[in-house]
Amino acid sequence: MHWIDYLRPRTLDECLDAFAEHGEAARALAGGTDLLVQMREGRRSNAVVIDVKAVEECNQLSYDDSEGLTLGAAVPCYRIYGDEAVRRHYPGLIDSVSMIGGTQIQGRASVGGNLCNASPSADAVPALIALRATCLIASSEGWRNVPVEDFCTGPGQTVLRPSEVLLALLLPPPEPGSGACYLRFIPRNEMDIAVAGAGVSVRLSGGRFADARVALAAVAPTPLLVREAGEVLKGRPVDRNALGLAGEAARAAARPISDMRGTAEYRSNLCAVLTRRALETAVQRAGGDLG
Amino acid sequence: MSSATTAKAEAAASASRRNGSGDSQDYEPNMVLATRHFDVVGTRPVRHDGTDKVTGRAIYGADLTLPDSLHGAVLRSPHAHARIRSIDTSKAEAMDGVHAVVTADDLPPAEDKQVDVGEGMTRLAYVHGNILANGKVLYQGHAIVAVAARNAHIAQEAARAIEVDYELLPSSMTAPEAMAPEAEVLHEDLFTKEFGEETARPSNIAEHFRWTLGDVGDGFGRSSVVAERTFDTATVHQGYIEPHNVTALWNHDGRLHIWCSTQGAFVVRDVTAKVLEIPVSNIKVTPLEIGGGFGGKIPVYLEPVAALLSRKTGRPVKMVMTREDVFIGTGPTAGSHVRVKVGASADGQLQALEASLAYEAGAYPGSYVAPGGMCIFAPYDCANVSVDCYDVVVNKPSCAAYRAPGAPQAAFAAEQVIDEVAERLGIDPVEFRLQNCSKEGTRRVDGPKFRRIGCEEVLRAVQDHPHWSAPLGGQNRGRGVAVGFWFNVGLESSCTLNVNTDGTVHLVEGSTDIGGTRTSIAMQAAEVLGISAEEILPEVVDTDSVGFTSVTGGSRTTFATGWAAHDAAQKIVAEMRSRAGKLWGVGPEAVEHEKGVYSCNGKSIGFRELAAKASRTGGPVSATATVKPRGVGGSFSADIVDVEVDLETGKVDILRFTAVQDVGKAVHPSYVEGQMQGGSVQGIGWALNEEYFMGDDGTMRNSSLLDYRMPTVLDLPMIDTCIVEVANPGHPFGVRGVGEANIIPPPAAIANAIRRAAGVRLQRLPMSPPAVWAAVDKARGMAA
Repeated sequence: MHWIDYLRPRTLDECLDAFAEHGEAARALAGGTDLLVQMREGRRSNAVVIDVKAVEECNQLSYDDSEGLTLGAAVPCYRIYGDEAVRRHYPGLIDSVSMIGGTQIQGRASVGGNLCNASPSADAVPALIALRATCLIASSEGWRNVPVEDFCTGPGQTVLRPSEVLLALLLPPPEPGSGACYLRFIPRNEMDIAVAGAGVSVRLSGGRFADARVALAAVAPTPLLVREAGEVLKGRPVDRNALGLAGEAARAAARPISDMRGTAEYRSNLCAVLTRRALETAVQRAGGDLG
Repeated sequence: MSSATTAKAEAAASASRRNGSGDSQDYEPNMVLATRHFDVVGTRPVRHDGTDKVTGRAIYGADLTLPDSLHGAVLRSPHAHARIRSIDTSKAEAMDGVHAVVTADDLPPAEDKQVDVGEGMTRLAYVHGNILANGKVLYQGHAIVAVAARNAHIAQEAARAIEVDYELLPSSMTAPEAMAPEAEVLHEDLFTKEFGEETARPSNIAEHFRWTLGDVGDGFGRSSVVAERTFDTATVHQGYIEPHNVTALWNHDGRLHIWCSTQGAFVVRDVTAKVLEIPVSNIKVTPLEIGGGFGGKIPVYLEPVAALLSRKTGRPVKMVMTREDVFIGTGPTAGSHVRVKVGASADGQLQALEASLAYEAGAYPGSYVAPGGMCIFAPYDCANVSVDCYDVVVNKPSCAAYRAPGAPQAAFAAEQVIDEVAERLGIDPVEFRLQNCSKEGTRRVDGPKFRRIGCEEVLRAVQDHPHWSAPLGGQNRGRGVAVGFWFNVGLESSCTLNVNTDGTVHLVEGSTDIGGTRTSIAMQAAEVLGISAEEILPEVVDTDSVGFTSVTGGSRTTFATGWAAHDAAQKIVAEMRSRAGKLWGVGPEAVEHEKGVYSCNGKSIGFRELAAKASRTGGPVSATATVKPRGVGGSFSADIVDVEVDLETGKVDILRFTAVQDVGKAVHPSYVEGQMQGGSVQGIGWALNEEYFMGDDGTMRNSSLLDYRMPTVLDLPMIDTCIVEVANPGHPFGVRGVGEANIIPPPAAIANAIRRAAGVRLQRLPMSPPAVWAAVDKARGMAA
């Protein structure tokens, strides 16, 4: 029979020591909503599971007007959408954490886990990218900070080295006139994996787009930051024509495959539709008017 | 209308359209009341098994672990079609904790004979071959080897350690592929039966047959509108929530005891006996509670395997499938390829109906294409009809029954073409169906003439329903309608009633209770005895403890086992008259019975008091009845559905759904409504998202409930129900059966609604977002 060692470090030092000791044999466990399923299905067989839920640094959830949001890697979705400050300042993040799995899953599933699982279809990731989140990564050797758009390197692959652990996500405070949104398409209305998803953020100034970011889910080996879609919006008047152009830029940037969840052609179409629709909501949230 | 000489016939004959009876029933029948008054039948008592179900105390197969149990696992084929060159189990057998391994070699050789598998006959060799693959694997998921070990983890690891050497063969995944002359043949000994005669060449077409009425050539010649289209439907699974499971104990005295989740304990007993070549009397099957079946829990998969492992080890062996096992290893329903041609004259009269149905049987013959062919035009009275049926083997799991097996695929095709003809004639789709609907005396293409049926009443109920005339509102919305027919069956049932001295009655039956049938059967006994439903205590027992009872299937349980309960209760009444007579010194003929009160010459005694005197009046009161009823009443069902289509994404939202069904008599209206809602929801899933998504290598890519998309509660509106009661003259209470017809119309009704909402006609199931988007996109391209 296959046996697993389960470790539950109580402090950050213990945690980092554990990762240093076990290296590639170890896998971090937060909510377990991906990891346990994968182990049960035989898709992953780590000899050591390190539960990071007892480590304080992984459980922080604090907002500060100058620092922004510190979101511990193991904080479950329900705490995020139950937090007044997050609801007020990051509605785009709320969109994504309230659609991951169902209510029961959201009691355990974390944004950090969603990111480390590195699924191309992860719902939290495009929202984080759009919101310019960065990853706080630690090891017994030290710390580093990586933009979320650079964190995933392929399906199930990340920049994390064997001795490293994701501690938290850092989101800058929203600027005045900004708004964000995440939309995904699923054939059902819940309990499903994104066929495609679009996370967007905009900053409006004087009736024009001062800044914009668009990130896509499920249309490339990793979540995709579409810089062209942001560029095409910058400086344009806030109108439906601009949103359509951004949608077309997203369609052009998508590199989807055909599988049981949809054809490549269909997914490319969804990128344009979802980007446009997400931008509509983001503009509204930013106080803009599409007429 | 038939002569109204008996009460039964009278109920049917006077079942004209009227709303409400003024009777004391606690529900408002929607249409066409069965006119007899009942005290218990038609009310809504709390179900007898309710407490155990809602508190989680009901025992399902996975809950049962006998002392000293071993746990089994099955090695399944990773390939769609391959010859097995060799199987090496040595590594598995050497593992610590492994107790036994079995392969097809452990099964006795299959005699060349037919075997009853619950709702029909098939070759014993096919049953054998599906239980453990012999020489060839015919689909991904085909069971090859089973292992018994100390625990399930070791068993699974041991199964993975078994080495099978395969010679891969080309595979055919759809009926048209498998019918092609160059297709690899699945069975070297399968020769096409063509119009009843066996042909000489092995082929994947197991059977081709045709039914005709009149002359379709003539009919099409007289038609001013003719429409013809071809349709395909994907393989779908019944999707019961409880995976298959078994515990088997082959005792040292040679008796085999099986506990399992099944729709028919006697089928498990009889098929296992045939497969293992032991007498049926040596097997006892105890059916545990069942978490859904829908036809898929009729076939035998694990039972003989667990039995063999138990015989080898002398210990109980428990096996529980995973969800993936259920998808790849157990019966889905047939994917289909159906061509339909409909002709009508300018006045809206159908002149000719023609269809050709090719259904995928999966690995072994038996696709349920025959009922599909019988049902496809059953709602219509037309003089010229021709239906061709092809039963085709393909490299997918062997088909099992699924709720009105074969009929939804047929209706998806026929009801769309019927709709198209109505549209082209400029006639309202319900009016068109009414103008041509089957009635008593209409001959079906496969021969029988309909007895009293409720097709017209169902369509009138659609027309009269507020939903049909409600405004749609909004953009890209459409309303669709479709109708379907299912036979229902009778088969065989037994029931025993034991009167207790406190006035209650134990009811012993052998029908697996899937949809509340303990209660609907008990209610029929209560009605006869004149006591309350709560005073009957129903129990589903093992095969040693009750007379033979066929499967819970074919919408037959409330109809047939209820009938056995009715007959047993009549015997109890006769006996109680005799007992009362003994008290009063008169013969039974002098004692009258009404509503549980026995009386004679001004003296009277209630059922309870009389039951208390059983010992003094001759001892225990008990009666058994067995039935094989012939008076089966078919059921028609129609749906009204409103959809909204997102033209940019192809997503279809069901806004409103009304299911209308003639059930004969709703014994327990809540469970009738539940059946109508359940069938509708399964039909919606079949329509919109469910499918076996097969890779190019013939393997299923979505064998989980995440990616095999059944609808969730958030995908559905409240399913409104409209019960129509056109009493079945062939049943004491007018029951027809309710479990199946309701799954037939939803895919077609939704397709017709999409047509009106988005201007496109979908000819393939599922009508998933990518498919709808592609159709809309294509139509726009053509318009541009």
